[in-house]
Amino acid sequence: MADEVILLDFWPSPFGVRARIALREKGVEFEYREENLRNKSPLLLQMNPVHKKIPVLIHNGKPVCESMNVVQYIDEAWSDKNPFLPSDPYQRAQARFWVHFIDTKLYEPADKIWSTKGEEQETAKKEYIKALKVLESELGDKPYFGGDNFGFVDIAMTGYYSWFEASEKCGNFSIEPECPTLMASAKRCLQRESVVNSLHDPEEIVAFAFKIRKIYCV
Amino acid sequence: MGKENGKVVVLDFWASPYGMRTKIALREKGVEFEVQQEDLWNKSELLLKSNPVHKKVPVLIHGDIPISESLVQVQYIDETWTDAASFLPSDPQSRATARFWADFADKTISFEGGKNIWGNKKGEEQEKGKKEFLESLKVLEAELGDKTYFGGETFGYVDITLVPFYSWFYALEKCGDFSVEAECPKIVAWGKRCVERNSVAASLPESEKVYQQVLKLRQIFGVE
Repeated sequence: MADEVILLDFWPSPFGVRARIALREKGVEFEYREENLRNKSPLLLQMNPVHKKIPVLIHNGKPVCESMNVVQYIDEAWSDKNPFLPSDPYQRAQARFWVHFIDTKLYEPADKIWSTKGEEQETAKKEYIKALKVLESELGDKPYFGGDNFGFVDIAMTGYYSWFEASEKCGNFSIEPECPTLMASAKRCLQRESVVNSLHDPEEIVAFAFKIRKIYCV
Repeated sequence: MGKENGKVVVLDFWASPYGMRTKIALREKGVEFEVQQEDLWNKSELLLKSNPVHKKVPVLIHGDIPISESLVQVQYIDETWTDAASFLPSDPQSRATARFWADFADKTISFEGGKNIWGNKKGEEQEKGKKEFLESLKVLEAELGDKTYFGGETFGYVDITLVPFYSWFYALEKCGDFSVEAECPKIVAWGKRCVERNSVAASLPESEKVYQQVLKLRQIFGVE
């Protein structure tokens, strides 16, 4: 029986992009379905009744929700190639710790950089850079968070990397001077085939960010 | 690294629901461990060194390697001590479902969420806190349904994530003047079932003690 894989997603979403990358890293054929977040499809509401959010992966009719949960599912369901997590329990724990850090420390500041201005935005920029520096320290000399391999933490971060340019333009600041080695890793990730095929041009994301900024940031 | 042997220490605070998760997990696996009680207003050098990023309890130290974040610890325990039953089912879809619900429980039934109830005087803020708490608990209750545990017949990852907060219900009820049992009877029944397990009974403090601790916190935070 052929696998049916559908991804309910929204093109600029830094969370949706994680799922797209994960599927492509595993070479999984899937149907991408664009959601209009102001008019969510009955399928989305049925498959993610708790949060009503994208991304939702529907594998042979069964849904998986929450982006890093989707990524972990993809890793386990297609376990024959490109593991995202190491096999050693301690290293797996480290990867999970850093994904938890990313999803708790980056989300709010990143959100506030495009949606606020003035002092609130300045505070958000400082918090964002502070968190990125902690991540850069963890990265050290490694090409990826996963060491030589693009892995679980890198997939999580690439969602944010895809929004770096938009954040910089909305916030009028530059990440590279603050976090040069993280930026080098970001560029490496953004050049991967699975990532290139999963992302729109950065200019489109920047344009989208400014469009929604006009709505939220009067 | 990751070997089963090696001394196991948990840096903990007795009332922390997060520390309880780790202790339950270790006890479920029959792992011997030591608890080092932390004074959260005067954290030990070991805690600050072992969890430099967050400086929080619990920290699991296995041999000489520290692991932080309670749910990361529970998964580590599950993957390291594999002789005993796993906390997660074996098929990817069921595992993803369990992780989803553990993540939902972790985000909605939390210390911060509880603080919105005990950390406010009677009034609008407290009512808002109670409403959010009960709404989330009802979603969890619907997911539990008539199952023995969230995992079905097997006590597992979601149960471990949520059950520590069962020891905090009484404190929240007293501060917020409501009854969890009246609102979510299946959750309370599930909590009672869980507490019959040795691992849970040994890891959860008495509800009255938690309440006394919360009263102390209310004084410290200047809530009436």
